[in-house]
Amino acid sequence: MKGALAIMVGAALILLLATLTLVVMPYLQMSAEQVPPDLKPYTDQQERGRQVYIANGCVYCHSQQPRDPGFAPGDRNRGWGRPSVPGDYAYDQPHLLGTMRTGPDLFNVGARLPSIDWQLLHLYNPRVVYKDSIMPSYPFLFRHVDEAAEGDKVVYLPAPYGPESGQIVATEDALALAEYLLALDHTYPAPTLPKTDEPKE
Amino acid sequence: MTPTIAILLIITFLLSTVGLLLLIWSIANNQFSHGQAAARTIFSPGEEGHSEDPALAAEPAFIGDNTEQAVAIKARWTADQSSRTAVLAWLSSAIFWLVLGSFFGLISSLKMHLPEFLISSEFLTFGRVRPVHLNAVTYGWASMAGIGAALFLIPRLFKTSLAGGKYAIMGSVIWNIGLVLGLGAITLGLSDGEEWLEFPWQVDILFVVGGALCAIPLLLTAANRKVEHLYVTSWYLMAALVWFPILFLIANLPYTFPGASGATVNWWFAHNVLGLWVTPIGIGIAYYMIPKILGRPIISYQLSLIGFWSLALFYSQVGIHHLIGGPIPTWLVTLSIVHSVMMSIPVITVAINHHGTMMGNFGRLKDSPTLRFVWIGALMYTVASLQGSMEALRSINVITHFTHYTVAHAHLGMYAFLSFILFGAVYFIMPRLTNWEWPWRKLISLHFWLVSIGILIYVVPLTIAGWKQGVALLDAAMPFMDIVRMTLPALQARTVGGALMTLGHLVFAFHFVAMLMHRGAGNEQPTLFRPVVKETAQ
Repeated sequence: MKGALAIMVGAALILLLATLTLVVMPYLQMSAEQVPPDLKPYTDQQERGRQVYIANGCVYCHSQQPRDPGFAPGDRNRGWGRPSVPGDYAYDQPHLLGTMRTGPDLFNVGARLPSIDWQLLHLYNPRVVYKDSIMPSYPFLFRHVDEAAEGDKVVYLPAPYGPESGQIVATEDALALAEYLLALDHTYPAPTLPKTDEPKE
Repeated sequence: MTPTIAILLIITFLLSTVGLLLLIWSIANNQFSHGQAAARTIFSPGEEGHSEDPALAAEPAFIGDNTEQAVAIKARWTADQSSRTAVLAWLSSAIFWLVLGSFFGLISSLKMHLPEFLISSEFLTFGRVRPVHLNAVTYGWASMAGIGAALFLIPRLFKTSLAGGKYAIMGSVIWNIGLVLGLGAITLGLSDGEEWLEFPWQVDILFVVGGALCAIPLLLTAANRKVEHLYVTSWYLMAALVWFPILFLIANLPYTFPGASGATVNWWFAHNVLGLWVTPIGIGIAYYMIPKILGRPIISYQLSLIGFWSLALFYSQVGIHHLIGGPIPTWLVTLSIVHSVMMSIPVITVAINHHGTMMGNFGRLKDSPTLRFVWIGALMYTVASLQGSMEALRSINVITHFTHYTVAHAHLGMYAFLSFILFGAVYFIMPRLTNWEWPWRKLISLHFWLVSIGILIYVVPLTIAGWKQGVALLDAAMPFMDIVRMTLPALQARTVGGALMTLGHLVFAFHFVAMLMHRGAGNEQPTLFRPVVKETAQ
């Protein structure tokens, strides 16, 4: 039993060390990081949209973390924005950094594509906008009605994508998601970032 | 930043001092004296030189040449029987989740190149089907089969009966409830939102409890053990069972880690699930199966222990290589990169032992299904790990990060390495538990070829396309949609590979169920009872 216990305690201690360096220290350092003054907290609707983003797993194809142009120039040159800093995520719980770019980075999608009509159209059927897009359509975020009621947000679809009769209107979830996407605008200057765009190393 | 570096320097200094003292202590106390004798503890007296391969019909089982040896074999049979219900509970659940998880994987793969496939229901949208796949195969298949194999190996390694098996059975029930609730929550859109941590934290409690319940029989059995030395497999299994509950608990603490620090915890956890949970289980099984089937001990026992401690030390700190270029402190990323490269040390020690033991015995791959699965799994561990160390380098990672290359790498690790070893383990374990032969050996062969060709078609095109995707993403001259179009053939190939793998799993599951129902030609007598009869005849 002594040997077995020694192995288990040793194993636990090593993990404790890793927890210290990879969990506790980064947490302490990043919690002290300055929050950019121009970063706005999410509104209730945007926060709801964020939940729709999480529920439908947008994170599995879209990142929200442009890299330093000195390291990966494509990120800036594609218009995804300046490198992100810890403070940019101050209101993000949980984080949605993402690890996949089957689709483009969305850190600044609100600045890049600021039209809510475009966003809704694209969510209803991405192939209306990009013929070969492999992003799924989200018809369940929309309602098919005979005639839009007062206050309904109508999605105007070009032929042949629209329904044969009636209209497509956005649900509250679709509107919230689109508002969240529009809120993804981090074009303000980051206070903690070095002023230059030159490679650091 | 400066205080952080100061703290790091102090920690490094203290660690090196402690490490040096430990080294001096272990040399002074002859801790390195475990020689090849320790490597032989897995054999019962006189068994060395005889192969134990329950999945093989033609092989006459070693039955002992004298009473003492026959008694030892009989004792092992008793040990095997003691874990029967617990092991079967975990293994059967694992195979159910494997089949379910495969179908969800296949649907995800189809959706990647047929974006209009199954879109009308929100429950089947890509962003829900994909995490259901990942969680079903990770926490359902790999974890449950791993625990099942561990529960089978522990009494064997400790040469005693499994004590407290009922806790493990209870654990499997709780774990399964957790899976049903967790996968259901993802489908309903109640995901926690972080990769590998999608299950709502309320459900996660079930996994911590279920896992902890498995630690009870482990501790009880260890207390009763009848062996002097703990064979290296038990080191890996015990450590894994200690690590997982701690990891899972910390990473799932709700409302604790916001923003960017949440990302570091996320990836610290996600890579530790691979490195400190499924990897030690996989390596541990291979460390048992390969020498057991060949009937010869591993070639360097000392090396296996160095491999164990270096794995613990290095693998626990690699996680942040998933955030290279991300919005986190540079020292943190560098720390993980260094450890990722250092991982080549445990990987090479394991490779020397696994493949070195195989030297001169490769002919056995032709006839032993267990060995074929386990050794190919061990080989893919070497390949996937060295590839992983390379991928952590900044110059490579800048290309492979965010691409399908990583997905191919993940499947090389979780499937070609881990799942292959688990398949082999199931083929070894089941005849011993049920005292029944595998009904149709041709099905084992069919399973092997389907999954082998399947994973090959899965990994190779996706690796190439992922690399090209990564290179193209760095240069904004290539429009994004052109990159998407470029990867399409590989995404289609993945569906073909995935379909073959799924088919292989159906064959495997069918064979498993047939075995449970005692179909086909069976062995009325437990194989291990024959020696006793022979003994009396002498």
